Amino acid sequence: MSEVEIKHLSKSFGDMVVLDNISLNIREEENVVVFGRSGSGKSVLLKCIVRLMEPDSGDILIEGQNVKYLSNKKLNELRKYIGFLFQSAALYDSMSVRENLEFPLIRNFNFTPAEREKKIKDVLEKVSLEDSIDKMPAELSGGMKKRIGLARTIITEPRLILYDEPTTGLDPITSKEISQLIIELQKDLHTTSIIVTHDLICAKIIATHAVVLKDGKIRYEGNLEKLTSNDDPFLKDFFSNDIIDVKNGRI
Amino acid sequence: MVGGIFMFSLDFFKNVFFPPYEFAEIKKHMDELGVKTLPIISVTGFIIGLVLAMQSEPVMIRFGAGSFLPGMVALSVVRELGPVITALIFAGRVSSGIGAELGSMRVTEQIDAMEVSAIHPFKFLVVTRVLACTLILPMLTVYAIFLALLGGFLAIFLSQNISLQLYINAVVHSVEFVDLIPGIVKTFFFGFIVGIVGSYKGYNADNGTVGVGRASTSSVVVSSLLILVFDMVLGKITVSLWS
Repeated sequence: MSEVEIKHLSKSFGDMVVLDNISLNIREEENVVVFGRSGSGKSVLLKCIVRLMEPDSGDILIEGQNVKYLSNKKLNELRKYIGFLFQSAALYDSMSVRENLEFPLIRNFNFTPAEREKKIKDVLEKVSLEDSIDKMPAELSGGMKKRIGLARTIITEPRLILYDEPTTGLDPITSKEISQLIIELQKDLHTTSIIVTHDLICAKIIATHAVVLKDGKIRYEGNLEKLTSNDDPFLKDFFSNDIIDVKNGRI
Repeated sequence: MVGGIFMFSLDFFKNVFFPPYEFAEIKKHMDELGVKTLPIISVTGFIIGLVLAMQSEPVMIRFGAGSFLPGMVALSVVRELGPVITALIFAGRVSSGIGAELGSMRVTEQIDAMEVSAIHPFKFLVVTRVLACTLILPMLTVYAIFLALLGGFLAIFLSQNISLQLYINAVVHSVEFVDLIPGIVKTFFFGFIVGIVGSYKGYNADNGTVGVGRASTSSVVVSSLLILVFDMVLGKITVSLWS
């Protein structure tokens, strides 16, 4: 279980302000979905949380530890219990599925080979890809890569998982399966999750809390049902399905 | 850029002496980067010796120094041509490969994935490759020198019908052990340059696939230039020390 506090976080690239004084509290075992237009800073927010990017100002506290001031050693200790599913899955091309999965186990934990093997088989069973254990990433489809990426993320049993667009580029059925998988894993592992997505169906399956970013600021924070019925013109536009006038063929 | 490569090299020395030591990775890279370079090194080494002997022979004979031809070939190959040409071939084959591989790992977020899993990507990806290059290039150079001497023998044998025994005697009398040392020692530097430049360019690649291509190309250009510059500097130092 893990709690995340984001206080007055700002991040710019040159003149472009991506995150502008953002504050957010994420409670233990909560699944927070972050929406926003492309380029609104959602992925930057996730990268700042794990210090893949340094924020310009503000603080991020995970389990009470300020990420900004942690030494590399302490940051790595913390990172052992944080999972990150990248948009592209980021599987290591030169390693087989088995090697991808055992890579963090060998280097960060003292499991015996038998224990490692059991963990690998268990996570592959969870993502229903037991037969892919000896395949290389190039042999996998987009959906399979996402599943293996998810398996690699959860194999260390993290307390906090960050998902960067977990269903982007997948067909609707695979998207639903991945979303279902995420919620099942969350129930099994009791993790706190932050999910960046554009996929409303995925959000409806997963979210316990929703946040919308616009122009570097939080435009909405709260319940997902209230979000989709909100009167704010931007939110209405963002979540409306009725964008095409069928009769006139206009957007 | 030179400042960047210098700081990157400092990071290498900060990391290389401390555990974890990735011996299996180093061995794997020595195999991939070194052994697979053998065919091109073999052909190049043999042809250098052959052509050098063929081109030099008429001039040497004109000045009445035909009997010094084996010694001239041996000294040129051992002290200069062997190490430099091998290093340049190695740079073309390996530095671009490292630049492209690490560059694509960077733009597909594989390096970020490693970092976020609490694994030191610099240690795992860079230190292992640079060490592998530094250790394998001297071995490849010795091999290339051997083949160049063989090529030289073939050329002289075809024109002068010299016996192998006579050729070996001439080579051994011309090349002293001290001639071997500077040639081999500088290849450790050249190997380091190839590894560090390729890794630096790939590790810091950006702008997607365009950046990967740029990292690959500039790795070869920069490492080849640095090899030639260092050859000049090390050559000067060697001459000063030996004279």
